[in-house]
Amino acid sequence: MSDTVQDQIYGLIGQFNKKGVALTNASTFAGDLEWDSLTVMDFVAEVEDAFDIIISMNLQAEIETVGQLVAAVARLKA
Amino acid sequence: MTDLFSKFDPFIAQRAALLSTGITDPFSLVMDQVLSPTRAICNGRDTILLGTYNYMGMTFDADVIEAGQRAMAEFGAGTTGSRVLNGTFRDHRDVEEALKEFYAMDHAMVFSTGYQANLGIISTIAGKGDYVILDIDSHASIYDGCKMGDAEIVAFRHNDVDALEKRLKRLPPEAGKLVVLEGVYSMMGDVAPLVEMVRVSKENGAMVLVDEAHSMGFIGQNGRGVAEEQGVSDDVDFIIGTFSKSVGTVGGFCVSNHPKFEVLRFICRPYVFTAALPPSVMASSAASIRKLMHGSNKRAHLWENSRMLHQGLRDLGFKLGTETPQSAIIAVIMPDLERGAMMWEALLHEGLYVNLARPPATPAGMTLLRCSLCAEHTAEQVTGILARFDRAGRKIGIIG
Repeated sequence: MSDTVQDQIYGLIGQFNKKGVALTNASTFAGDLEWDSLTVMDFVAEVEDAFDIIISMNLQAEIETVGQLVAAVARLKA
Repeated sequence: MTDLFSKFDPFIAQRAALLSTGITDPFSLVMDQVLSPTRAICNGRDTILLGTYNYMGMTFDADVIEAGQRAMAEFGAGTTGSRVLNGTFRDHRDVEEALKEFYAMDHAMVFSTGYQANLGIISTIAGKGDYVILDIDSHASIYDGCKMGDAEIVAFRHNDVDALEKRLKRLPPEAGKLVVLEGVYSMMGDVAPLVEMVRVSKENGAMVLVDEAHSMGFIGQNGRGVAEEQGVSDDVDFIIGTFSKSVGTVGGFCVSNHPKFEVLRFICRPYVFTAALPPSVMASSAASIRKLMHGSNKRAHLWENSRMLHQGLRDLGFKLGTETPQSAIIAVIMPDLERGAMMWEALLHEGLYVNLARPPATPAGMTLLRCSLCAEHTAEQVTGILARFDRAGRKIGIIG
């Protein structure tokens, strides 16, 4: 389950990863991917719709890395 | 010791870079004299005001001024106290009566600013375990109200009914939900599709709050705002508004038909733990609100101004925030902050003041020259405004 979630999230990151940064679970959205708040906003909406979940702004504030997002989505889907 | 201010360095550097070009600081303008709702002396120059949200021109209304002067003479300069202790005077009650008449609602609560109204209402009514669902382009006061409260915050794409509905359906059906919308979004001047948004909110068991700060006084048959214009007033649970735009004074409010609304006076912290507005402001506001009820001729002229400016700027070749004039705000989109600031300065030198708006206040990282019209602008002034935009736009190279 978690692997599929991870694959899907890596896929979704791809379309926003304009700089082609190599992804690991330790990659950070603000630091490594250099996403601004607008990109984050669009990306969150994509993830929410892809998994039919809500990622509240409260939860977003706690997520810094790709791995944390994968874990959060897997938890929300469970 | 870590300097707590070092986190502001990027902002300080950006500001220094902008000012190093020798440009007039767009964020330190001083009005030496204010001659009317549409004219002031800025830096020694007679300037047309096109960025003050003074939509109905009530700041210099003779009755509004007289009511304030009388109240100041009779009740003194200030209240020195909270609304729930010693800060409720005759005119605080009277302005709440005026609001109830204006909106035809059962309850009205006046805050010291519009910012505090959003802060107080949102943070108080949405508590732990509840959800606030808000448009991503919401005003800072709405976001700050969310941050101050304990609810879960869910954002949806600007004015996207489908995105709102999907998110509402994903939330636990039994959870308390507050959908927060604005009638007019103040950056682009666009209007919300309240008919559909209020419908999907109600279908999914949410209460609805609409901030009508930028529509009061001139949108809707009685000037009650976009909810009135679109015929959904009865389904809106809370309307937030301000006195610092069409009313022409300062203060904020919430009106509602909720039967338990009055309890907020005791538990809403931004209402309780601050001093009440001065009696002069309350008396001026009450006089202004009652005049706005009968302001249909002024409303019509404001719309003429908005249509004329929108069409004129389009014809000159400027890129605007909306296809059609939807409110009294017309946003002119600038290519970047630097040229936006140059254009702003060129207009000021031409004797025209507009707002320079930039991220994070603006959506999509845009720099905007935001124009807000007044019912007191004459057709000749609007013609003069267009001539100034034409000259400044060519000089800076925004238009060809």
